[in-house]
Amino acid sequence: MIDVVNLRKSFNKVDVLNGINVTINKGDIVAVIGPSGSGKSTFLRCLNCMEDPTGGSIIFKGVDIADMKVDINEHRRHMGMVFQHFNLFNNKTVLQNIMLAPVHLQCKDLKKQMRQNLINSILNMFRGEKNKKEIVQITKNKEQIKREAKEQAMTLLKRIGLEEKANAYPSTLSGGQKQRIAIIRSLAMNPDVILFDEPTSALDPEMVGEVLELMRELAAEGMTMVVVTHEMGFAKEVANRVIFIDEGVIKESNSPKEFFENPQDPRLKDFLAKVL
Amino acid sequence: MGNFEKKIETFITIFFEQGGSAKVLEGLENTLTIAITGLIIGILIGTVIATIRVLPKYKLLPRILNAICSFYVAMFRGTPMVVQLLVFYYVLFPIIGLKMTSVQVAIMVFGLNSGAYISEIMRGGIQSVDPGQMEAGRAVGLSFGTTMMKIVIPQAVKNILPTMGNEFIALIKETSVVSFVGVTDLYFAFNSIGSNSYEFMVPYLVMAAIYIVLVLIISLLIKLMERSLQKSDRRS
Ligand SMILES: Nc1ncnc2c1ncn2[C@@H]1O[C@H](COP(=O)(O)OP(=O)(O)OP(=O)(O)O)[C@@H](O)[C@H]1O
Ligand SMILES: [Mg+2]
Repeated sequence: MIDVVNLRKSFNKVDVLNGINVTINKGDIVAVIGPSGSGKSTFLRCLNCMEDPTGGSIIFKGVDIADMKVDINEHRRHMGMVFQHFNLFNNKTVLQNIMLAPVHLQCKDLKKQMRQNLINSILNMFRGEKNKKEIVQITKNKEQIKREAKEQAMTLLKRIGLEEKANAYPSTLSGGQKQRIAIIRSLAMNPDVILFDEPTSALDPEMVGEVLELMRELAAEGMTMVVVTHEMGFAKEVANRVIFIDEGVIKESNSPKEFFENPQDPRLKDFLAKVL
Repeated sequence: MGNFEKKIETFITIFFEQGGSAKVLEGLENTLTIAITGLIIGILIGTVIATIRVLPKYKLLPRILNAICSFYVAMFRGTPMVVQLLVFYYVLFPIIGLKMTSVQVAIMVFGLNSGAYISEIMRGGIQSVDPGQMEAGRAVGLSFGTTMMKIVIPQAVKNILPTMGNEFIALIKETSVVSFVGVTDLYFAFNSIGSNSYEFMVPYLVMAAIYIVLVLIISLLIKLMERSLQKSDRRS
């Protein structure tokens, strides 16, 4: 689903990623680990071009999204992202947080399709019988889009047991609640893949469990996930592949069993000795 | 003290019997129109400029726009309001041949001027919003503009509301220079009442009182607005 080819990134001449190659298939759960400052976040943020790669390509469903000419917003809709610090929209309620992007983007698509239909129906008058362009049936209106998005949001909230928080503002929630809502906010876009950047690092220890539990559920449902994490337990038990990033390259990539029981790279051996 | 009572009497006579009150009302209306419309124009201009100035700058167009905006802000912050009024009224508009009433010119100049100040306030406000908010908006596929409008600017406005209130109060007070281009504002109205009787003490005292009352009312309104905007900070 995502092919990363020779990905490079530098910030003001400082090289952070020096040629990363990796393929992420549908249903993969890839855990990314590595020392602090090794470029894990940078790698993850390049996957949806939150950072524009300096070189190489990111082929997402056949399109190189590292190319500055593609409409990146279109592709980001299909890649969820969950941040260390949750980043819920502070000026919106929980429900609005979840509904905002689906409603806004679907309404935008609707307007675009209506414009397109109008143009086509006018041009069709001048086109021959054979050249007529299809007028796409519009089956939804704004109200329906909103209603469906709300239903979906409430279903997702019920799933995590927070439906009574629908109208609360983020400032009133605990860290664990915020992160779980951030996760279903990206789920509401029906993404093909979700990128997690240390989703539990900013949480109090007693809240780590509930967030990991939700992530395990998603993994079990077959969601494709790339997870930068310090939770070695999660990497061992949930991931089907673990990647070690160090000095801006992938030093090792293996199944969790091999990765933890039989590490090859000397830096990885060091690293595991320290964290385990 | 008898002297003071007589002064009050003179003022009351002029105010109620010789058209003084009508002048003051006209002055009050102009003062408020110029300050409020100027503020609204200023907010629009200021928001647009502030957005341009926080745009990512690796493309050419944002850089050019940014340079134009910096120049604009420097011009309007670097010259006194009176000078701007005089230049627009007596130099710029006659040259381009635009016919505008002095009130319209005053509104324009106040809008342009407060736009420059508000853009700086707004830029500070935008920069005070956690960058994670913009990132989260972009990550779900919203554009820079949409995220700005729906997420960042509402939070920025909340942060800068007190400063904006001060800007509005400053604007109200600064309207006292519009009589330079012949607008009947509060100052002009009371000054002409004074000139009628060669007696300025009472008119100027009343004028000061009106300004104070205006400012107090505005301060109160801003407090109320702040309180209603703070609902997202409260526990529910
Ligand atoms: N926007 C930026 N501008 C300049 N340098 C940056 C920027 N973002 C990251 N860097 C640098 O790139 C390097 C890698 O950073 P990155 O955040 O990817 O590391 P990380 O592996 O995620 O570390 P951590 O485990 O601490 O989160 C660091 O040296 C950092 O200082
Ligand atoms: Mg990081």
